[in-house]
Amino acid sequence: MTRKVKIIIPDVLRSYTGSRAVTAVGTSVIALFDDLERQFPGFRFRVINELDELRPNFKLFVNGTLEKDLSVSVGAMDELFIMQALSGG
Amino acid sequence: MSAPESSVRLLAGTRKGAWLLDSDAGRANWQMTGPISLGNIVNHIVADPRNQRRILMSARTGHLGPTIFRSEDHGETWVEASRPPAFAKLVPADGSKRGGARRKYEPLARENESPEISPRTVDFTCWLAPGHQDEPGTWYAGSSPQGLFVSTDEGKTWDPVSGFNDHPSWADWTEDGKDDTPDGAMLHSILIDPRDKRHLYVGCSGGGVFESHDQGADWKPLNKGCLADFLPEPYPEFGQDPHCMQMHPLHPDILYQQNHCGIYRLVRPSDTWERVGDNMPQDIGDIGFPITLHPRDPDTAWVFPMDATEVWPRTSPNGEPGVYRTRDGGKTWERQDQGLPPTQAWFTVLRQCFAADAWDSVGLYFGTTSGEIWCSQDEGDHWHRIAEHLPHIYSLEVA
Repeated sequence: MTRKVKIIIPDVLRSYTGSRAVTAVGTSVIALFDDLERQFPGFRFRVINELDELRPNFKLFVNGTLEKDLSVSVGAMDELFIMQALSGG
Repeated sequence: MSAPESSVRLLAGTRKGAWLLDSDAGRANWQMTGPISLGNIVNHIVADPRNQRRILMSARTGHLGPTIFRSEDHGETWVEASRPPAFAKLVPADGSKRGGARRKYEPLARENESPEISPRTVDFTCWLAPGHQDEPGTWYAGSSPQGLFVSTDEGKTWDPVSGFNDHPSWADWTEDGKDDTPDGAMLHSILIDPRDKRHLYVGCSGGGVFESHDQGADWKPLNKGCLADFLPEPYPEFGQDPHCMQMHPLHPDILYQQNHCGIYRLVRPSDTWERVGDNMPQDIGDIGFPITLHPRDPDTAWVFPMDATEVWPRTSPNGEPGVYRTRDGGKTWERQDQGLPPTQAWFTVLRQCFAADAWDSVGLYFGTTSGEIWCSQDEGDHWHRIAEHLPHIYSLEVA
């Protein structure tokens, strides 16, 4: 069954998506990023490195709860919020 | 034969984006265009000598992953690589999902060998190099930590060069990529022999110079004669810190190197570098980041010395910037500072920030970390500033 999840995109990545909110399909957080990559080439690698690790200064919230495990399951009606902290000069 | 002398274009990569500078026919007046990708850290921006419409730019935005942008219209519009340089995803031999501890990885670079390599990610792509003239779609890229990557489709997609990145000695050569120099450990100075596309050189900071005769499938250190005075063994097989290496375009058997420990020249087939920086004035020394070569005369080169005393300020010695030129392959050096500030000017010029054009009277250009670009129209005899107030300059290239 296709699970369409709402993704909230931070400002620094909107050049890829063109909008603040997009949808992606997948049964886990990492699968959502795979779908985002299919939709917006280049997106995934700017957030997740070649070791499948979230890059520093990013945080992910699933339905408002901080989620560190990228393999965690997600379902339809869920919302993934991508937060990116800006710091330094 | 020199290039047509109509105008010069400079490409400046900075900590906050890229800028283009175009000269008039006399190189006297310059028009600046930019910023391109304001806010992105642009480590290198390079025009393709095989297709001047094409420019590649390596960039990352602060906390985002690194990527490559490509322009096919002289820098008017840009498209991101669909697969930027990234290390191959190595699977731990024990089958576990996550790395962390140093362990053996598969697939292996070579059959029956087991390189021990820690998990790696590309922090940034520091160097872009157009490939051989006979391979118009090929580019090479060097990364931090030390990795080599290749694109065969004009920079749209990139693949790791396994022969280097997964070499059984990679972890030894690079201290497992953990040599955290101030701007990060780097693979730079990717040189392609114009006579043989299979013959490559690279420089690693740290690690030294490495050479391949099979287009990157295998590599050997090339560091004889090169000092590493920060190691217990001062002349090791590898472990040196070349800052910038150049191959003469018309005499590719002649290479120069500005190293952490001096200025060197190598004339192949010899495999032993000669420290020609010993002939620099003793009170200036022969430490610096960049070295640039005359486009026709293999005995002429320029360096920009920095202060390497005590804590290594890495600024112009005594706050008095000066370029030094040799016209005899490093036997003698002359100071060239006419037009540069005489005092209280603490310039730092990084490894990719000193370039030469190919006019009959060679134009020289250097960029500083304080955001200035300086130009000489007479091979270094006189200097004038052509840009100021730019961000920290990481690279300056002639298109």
